[in-house]
Amino acid sequence: MNLKDILKGEEDDLLFLLGNEAAVRGAIEAGVKVAATYPGTPSSEIGDVLHLLAREAGIYFEFSINEKVALEVAAAAASSGVRSFTFMKHVGLNVASDSLMSAVYTGVRAGMVILTADDPSMFSSQNEQDSRHYARLANLPMLEPSNPQEVKDFILEAFQISEAYQIPVLLRTTTRVSHMRGIVKLGSIEEKPDKGFFKKDPERFVPVPATARVMHRKLVDKMERLGHAMEDSALNVEYAQNGNLGIITGSSAYNYCRDVVEEEELPVNILKIGFSHPFPEKKVLKFLQGVDRVLVAEEVDPIMEKEILVIIGKYGLKLEVNGKLDASLPMIYEYTPDIVCESIHNVFGLKNEKLMIQESDQPIPNRPPTLCPGCPHRAAYYGVNKAAENLGLADMIHPTDIGCYTLGVEAPYWSADYLLSMGSSIGTSCGFSKATTQPVVSFIGDSTFFHAGIPPLINAVHNKNRFVLVILDNRTTAMTGGQPHPGLPVDGLGNEAPEISIPAIVQAVGVEYMRIINPLNIKKSVKIFQEALEHPGVAVVISKHPCVLLKTRPRQGATQLVVDSQKCDDCGECLSTLACPALYQGEGQVKIDPQLCHKCNVCVQICPQGAIKGERLDKDREEKP
Amino acid sequence: MKAYSIYISGVGGQGIIKTSVVIGEAAMKTGQEVVMSEIHGMAQRGGGVSTELKIGHAHSSIIADGTGDLLIAFEPLEALRALPKTSKNTHVVMNTSKILPFNIQASEHPYPPLEDILKEMNSKSKDVKALDAVKIATQAGHILSMNMVMLGAALTVPGFPLDKETLLDSMKANLPERTIPINTRAFEEGFATFR
Repeated sequence: MNLKDILKGEEDDLLFLLGNEAAVRGAIEAGVKVAATYPGTPSSEIGDVLHLLAREAGIYFEFSINEKVALEVAAAAASSGVRSFTFMKHVGLNVASDSLMSAVYTGVRAGMVILTADDPSMFSSQNEQDSRHYARLANLPMLEPSNPQEVKDFILEAFQISEAYQIPVLLRTTTRVSHMRGIVKLGSIEEKPDKGFFKKDPERFVPVPATARVMHRKLVDKMERLGHAMEDSALNVEYAQNGNLGIITGSSAYNYCRDVVEEEELPVNILKIGFSHPFPEKKVLKFLQGVDRVLVAEEVDPIMEKEILVIIGKYGLKLEVNGKLDASLPMIYEYTPDIVCESIHNVFGLKNEKLMIQESDQPIPNRPPTLCPGCPHRAAYYGVNKAAENLGLADMIHPTDIGCYTLGVEAPYWSADYLLSMGSSIGTSCGFSKATTQPVVSFIGDSTFFHAGIPPLINAVHNKNRFVLVILDNRTTAMTGGQPHPGLPVDGLGNEAPEISIPAIVQAVGVEYMRIINPLNIKKSVKIFQEALEHPGVAVVISKHPCVLLKTRPRQGATQLVVDSQKCDDCGECLSTLACPALYQGEGQVKIDPQLCHKCNVCVQICPQGAIKGERLDKDREEKP
Repeated sequence: MKAYSIYISGVGGQGIIKTSVVIGEAAMKTGQEVVMSEIHGMAQRGGGVSTELKIGHAHSSIIADGTGDLLIAFEPLEALRALPKTSKNTHVVMNTSKILPFNIQASEHPYPPLEDILKEMNSKSKDVKALDAVKIATQAGHILSMNMVMLGAALTVPGFPLDKETLLDSMKANLPERTIPINTRAFEEGFATFR
């Protein structure tokens, strides 16, 4: 498939789409004309595909500086009568939540959908929070698709609800839905205006205390009406088997439940909740009245389970509820078919033929992710550690941030000691520098600096902190797949854009010591890091080198790095302090894997024996007969 | 009837997701139901990568433990790691060319000898088709065509639910045009290894 088919595909065409790709098609079909995001896995591919297609689709799309701004861009568009779409990972919704709380009060005029992608089991996240709480916290409708087809279809439904009730709608996916691929039948594309008109109405759009009180009342009434109207939503479906056993489920957990019930032809009724907030009380009540026992299968927090217990209490029903609260299902982490299958059999007292699960008899070494060969972060970590060693500094604290560089937590870098959230490296450096006398060197990436690093840097200078901030400027948002950010001369549509200068920001903030280094030049960067560590205030070192995953090739030329077997005394310095994946222990000496080596030359500079050097490839050829 | 379950495991950068999409789209083109799961993000920085495919009727794309019909292991160690997804009835296609984990020096456990891996895989599956796909791909014209060598080899597994023509068409629709001659050669060489 060509990604352009997501735009060009016609009604009834079948495409094999990722959940995230289906989200893009959904937005296109719904006539979205403004879309904004900050990249975050598991939602990142939505932005990647829009980046590719938006211009041709007539959609304005931007990689906003952070999720809060993305939500604000979308809210203003929808309030002007233009359909808008914003999407982010679960923790991105935390950043956007301040404006979300008010956007629900003001409401919108055209449809506005917010997609949030949860990450049960934390494949690529710092926490496992359940975004369904936000539907309750902010009081807005929530939809939860289970597969790519539903992602597309639910987005269309979400826009209809949003427009009918003039309220933003939250759509929650999980990693397994966003990164599931399935057959998606395309629909037709609605024509919607790409420019609107903002008709002023301060009583509606300016929540100050006097108006906000009225808005809150209106919101509560609106959600009550919406809840009643959605009781018959086609997104909540019952699969009846005429038994007295029931499962209430949604999202990925539904897939596991349905497979077990179908494959084993179990006498179990399933109620799939696709429209999950306001919780469909009447529909659930009717389902509960038809069963003696119900299993609630939902991932992360027992939210539906508690809603169901409330209904049972309210209507005085007598039936047993199983789920997370009685440990019929695990309280945390994502479910698997095996977990769900076992629980269904246990709860309903059904016989389960236990398969013998085999595993390796020999111990398997782990294969953790690591910084790529040639990664400039590795060189920066080496430089900082060397500078500290030269100055005899001990107990250095390394606040770190969200990005590939959290991989610095591993040996031998030990360059990540404290992490909370996007931008926290700088805010926590302020705290460490006031509360301890330990030297502080913190790390933040370029995209993360733009996202949430600027206010805490102002805080640091103003409050006379002392620490070194290393801005690892690798010219991209690397961890999520290489999206552009405001520091690059390109925007979300792929058009040329003004490049925002990190050094100019740092200087404008009033940082007195600022240097820009090429981290691959070890001698110079160690010297600069030493100076920075001796500076009695906030010192910023911008470590600037493009990510090796950008479409740049390893240094060309007919050379490769080799270890001189005469000079190498097998001291292991390169392996133990650099730990580049291209370096490995050969027989009696270190070797370099030419397939992996990116020719960054850092190992050449740090070898105490000067045993690593470039060798011409054609020389090798000449020597052979 | 239970869907045909394929588990593909290996290391980031080996073209596993692409291979899986080629299979999935081929299944769709032949009118079969198909779902697939892939893992993105942190897993790609030299870590393990796996995808799961179910061809036939299924709601979830995750393969229950012990129920995989076919394991395509792009790397020997990752074949061992995938064992919980397999049973004695599972067919295995395995590349014998190793990729050492970057931290193997510091690892508590060494990388097991290839013979031991093969022995264990053989004893715990229906059969193992082992091949040096890296070598075959390099001979075909490019090391990166290794995933198509593996796909060609997988096609020889009894019960594989797709035919050669459909797979080749899907490959052509999913890979860059200029790489098609090499990838086709790689696919054919993988296929010829066990035919």
